[in-house]
Amino acid sequence: MQYRITTPCTAADLAPLKAGDTVLLSGVVYTARDQAHKRILEALDKGEPLPFDLEGSAIYYVGPTPERPGEVIGSAGPTTSGRMDAMSPRLLDLGNKIMIGKGKRDAAVKEAVVRNGAVYLAALGGAGALMAKSVQTLEVIAWPDLGCEAVRRLTVQDMPLTVILDAHGGDLYLEGPAAYLEQC
Amino acid sequence: MRTISAQAITDTVARLCIEANTRLPQDVQAALDKARQEEPWPLAKNTLDLLWSNLSAAKEKGLPICQDTGMACVFVELGTDVHIDGSFEAAIHEGVRRGYTDGYLRKSIVADPLRRGNTGDNTPAAITVHLVDGDGCTITVAPKGFGSENMSRIAMLKPADGVEGFKQFVIDTVKQAGSNPCPPIVLGIGVGGSFDKVAYLAKKALLRPLDIPNPDPYYADLERELLSAINELGIGPQGFGGQTTCLGLAIEQMPTHVAGLPVAVNVSCHVTRRASATL
Repeated sequence: MQYRITTPCTAADLAPLKAGDTVLLSGVVYTARDQAHKRILEALDKGEPLPFDLEGSAIYYVGPTPERPGEVIGSAGPTTSGRMDAMSPRLLDLGNKIMIGKGKRDAAVKEAVVRNGAVYLAALGGAGALMAKSVQTLEVIAWPDLGCEAVRRLTVQDMPLTVILDAHGGDLYLEGPAAYLEQC
Repeated sequence: MRTISAQAITDTVARLCIEANTRLPQDVQAALDKARQEEPWPLAKNTLDLLWSNLSAAKEKGLPICQDTGMACVFVELGTDVHIDGSFEAAIHEGVRRGYTDGYLRKSIVADPLRRGNTGDNTPAAITVHLVDGDGCTITVAPKGFGSENMSRIAMLKPADGVEGFKQFVIDTVKQAGSNPCPPIVLGIGVGGSFDKVAYLAKKALLRPLDIPNPDPYYADLERELLSAINELGIGPQGFGGQTTCLGLAIEQMPTHVAGLPVAVNVSCHVTRRASATL
């Protein structure tokens, strides 16, 4: 199935999604990867305000290439999500609903996805030029010193994504290869 | 003795950084095209088609194929009859600095592995120099992303592990990597030498075009056998399941010690980049 989803979203919006479905995502998406996650958690520990509201949010693990003059964004494919595993459950428990990246997540993330009615979506790894096409606006909203790792507010239109982890415990990285091997 | 100016080296490296990041080598493109035509699993075929269309999207906008424009791995085959007019390594670093700045490529290098801190211009390059006879100078820039680099593994196997242990280690590496290195992957495999040399062999293997087998028929057969075993794992493009897990692999071997069987697997992805020029 293919779904059109607009951010911010609720658990009810995401409940129909199943591992292997495709999503065309529109609305606001925040970029944050290794260092930005670390700083978000530090801000939470100190009780400081966050760069964006986590409730219903979508976070894209990406460090784009610099935009050429006149362009909105450079190349913008996903980075490996597993490096955020230790930090994601806390953000999910605080309202983050969509994580976008590529690659395996650990058991704690899978449990937090189910517990919060969230989803983990894959963007196409290594297809940065294609992923960039759906980005309409970009604004650096926090920590510009982090360069490509700074937090950016993107608005996207029909960003093509695939459901990896759904809110019901489904995992495409397990089910997809198994289904293929079964028919061989 | 022939003199090559440091400026010429800088200009060439800068150009190759941009070229490698925006145009996939012909052999890698051909392997991706063949895979998408032969892929029987619908979701996998659709995924490969999207990766294919990414190449034209990059071309259309002059964008890097992948946002991880990598660590600039620079390989130089330098003739012993060449004199460099200026500082050789500084010329290469300057080329990387210019290429990554002028080409709007991502700066991904931190100055220290533990204390971090981005250098801001993607320097330093990772330079490997190989001295050869004559007065030529061939430079290859092979930008390497770390989504796949992080999935690479090295092992000091026992001689008794033999070829079966070698094959098992390669296959286990691919299984452990799973969806992380953006499959379909490309593998550079080193076997033999010492702890440091085997890692170099694995990296060097990634420079060999995918349509050129190992010149030793024994290793050419091993390459074919491993490729087919990996493509039976079912991991598929992006780890979504399917036939196409690996586009190609190369093995580089060298003599080793009676007590050892070093093996290294350098994992790369469908955006395996390299561009060369001869001065």
